[in-house]
Amino acid sequence: MEEKTQDLLKASPEQILYAKILEKGMYLGLLILFITFGLYTFGILDPYIPLDKVSEYWSYNVNDYLHHAEIKAGWAWLGMLKYGDFINFIGIAILSGVTILCYAAIVPTLLKNNDKVYAILAVIEVIILSAAASGILAVGH
Amino acid sequence: MRINDKLWAMMLIGLFSLTVLVTPAFAEASAEAATGGHAWWFWPIILFIVTFIMGILAVLGGVGGGVLYVPIISGFFPFHLDFVRGTGLLVALSGALAAGPGLLKMNLASLRLAIPVALIASTCAIIGAMIGLALPTNIVQISLGVTILGICILMLTAKKSTVPDVPQADRLSSALRICGVYQEASTGEIIDWKVHRTPLGLGLFVLIGIMAGMFGLGAGWANVPALNLLMGAPLKISVATSKFLLSITDTSAAWIYVNKGCVIPLMVVPSLVGIMLGSFVGVRLLKIAKPTFIRWMVIGILAFAGVKALSKGLGF
Repeated sequence: MEEKTQDLLKASPEQILYAKILEKGMYLGLLILFITFGLYTFGILDPYIPLDKVSEYWSYNVNDYLHHAEIKAGWAWLGMLKYGDFINFIGIAILSGVTILCYAAIVPTLLKNNDKVYAILAVIEVIILSAAASGILAVGH
Repeated sequence: MRINDKLWAMMLIGLFSLTVLVTPAFAEASAEAATGGHAWWFWPIILFIVTFIMGILAVLGGVGGGVLYVPIISGFFPFHLDFVRGTGLLVALSGALAAGPGLLKMNLASLRLAIPVALIASTCAIIGAMIGLALPTNIVQISLGVTILGICILMLTAKKSTVPDVPQADRLSSALRICGVYQEASTGEIIDWKVHRTPLGLGLFVLIGIMAGMFGLGAGWANVPALNLLMGAPLKISVATSKFLLSITDTSAAWIYVNKGCVIPLMVVPSLVGIMLGSFVGVRLLKIAKPTFIRWMVIGILAFAGVKALSKGLGF
């Protein structure tokens, strides 16, 4: 009885797996973000928008900012990673993307436990988050 | 309240008031302030100081960083609401990512409870983000002001139930096997929990998701009452699951803002570091400070920021 209660108190295998991936992704994302921010602010990598010019843009709405700074939205930052400001997007993308990985990783465990409903819910979540991340859901003012 | 508490509270109020009230003086002349007059590091450092204090207040006041960040930074800083919302979501997301693994491992955050709720909230957060980015800024600002004032009322009136009475699990939660067991650390008691009113709860998360995405607020202020008071999950499970839930809801909305271009690293990193360091300090202060006064102060600050957002949206 005591053993059964102790088992119930423990997190499920898929929950532990999710937590482990989330933890690693979070540390990796933060570490990369801090390093790249250092490269940016200490001038080790030249930024696309000079540091003393950034304040000219942040009071614009996003459309005007993109237009005046001649920046493309979506995943265009991947082609601008040589710049100190855009390299920061690697950390931001990892922090924003790790949840998708967590969901995808628990699907086999859920299926193994014959938890089909939750496996389907997890797959749908992966599809929804991936759609958001892909940039196909574009909006404008 | 002990002398120490008073001292801490006064120091926090003083520092916060100084930074928040002084910055509008600069922001008023935003054309000048935005384009020059200050070295490039001026605003990031002010942002770091304010978010550091915000992180302390958020922990002591029992709210998420995101709900303080968006109204205060958009109200008193020269940044456009688009970038504030994008940054606010990343700030709330980082906080949730930092807390999530520990809460899941301790089995306080329940993945079984979170998965169906998150599916609805994250889908609706995408819709909310799209609505928020499509609407004119002044409309979003007015709606933000109204929402913030609503949150103040919710914080003033909402009750909490440590272990709500759930006579019987509803059919949906039984089918999904949303239940669990946890041990209350303070008493050692083993608590068997289940939830009810699941369809209604899931319906409420449609609204919560939309608001989270539209305003970039995070949604702990709404998640906890919905999980605890409506669905009947124990308070600890609700708080932990809500925090974890933000990592999913804010992920979906954050991507919409990131892809739209609403991210300026010079705003994001100082805010993120400020909130995180402030939260660490806040957790330590929690042991010595009585949070009731701070909670009142947080409600006061939020109300002030809500009125400011309203007046800004109305063009006063």
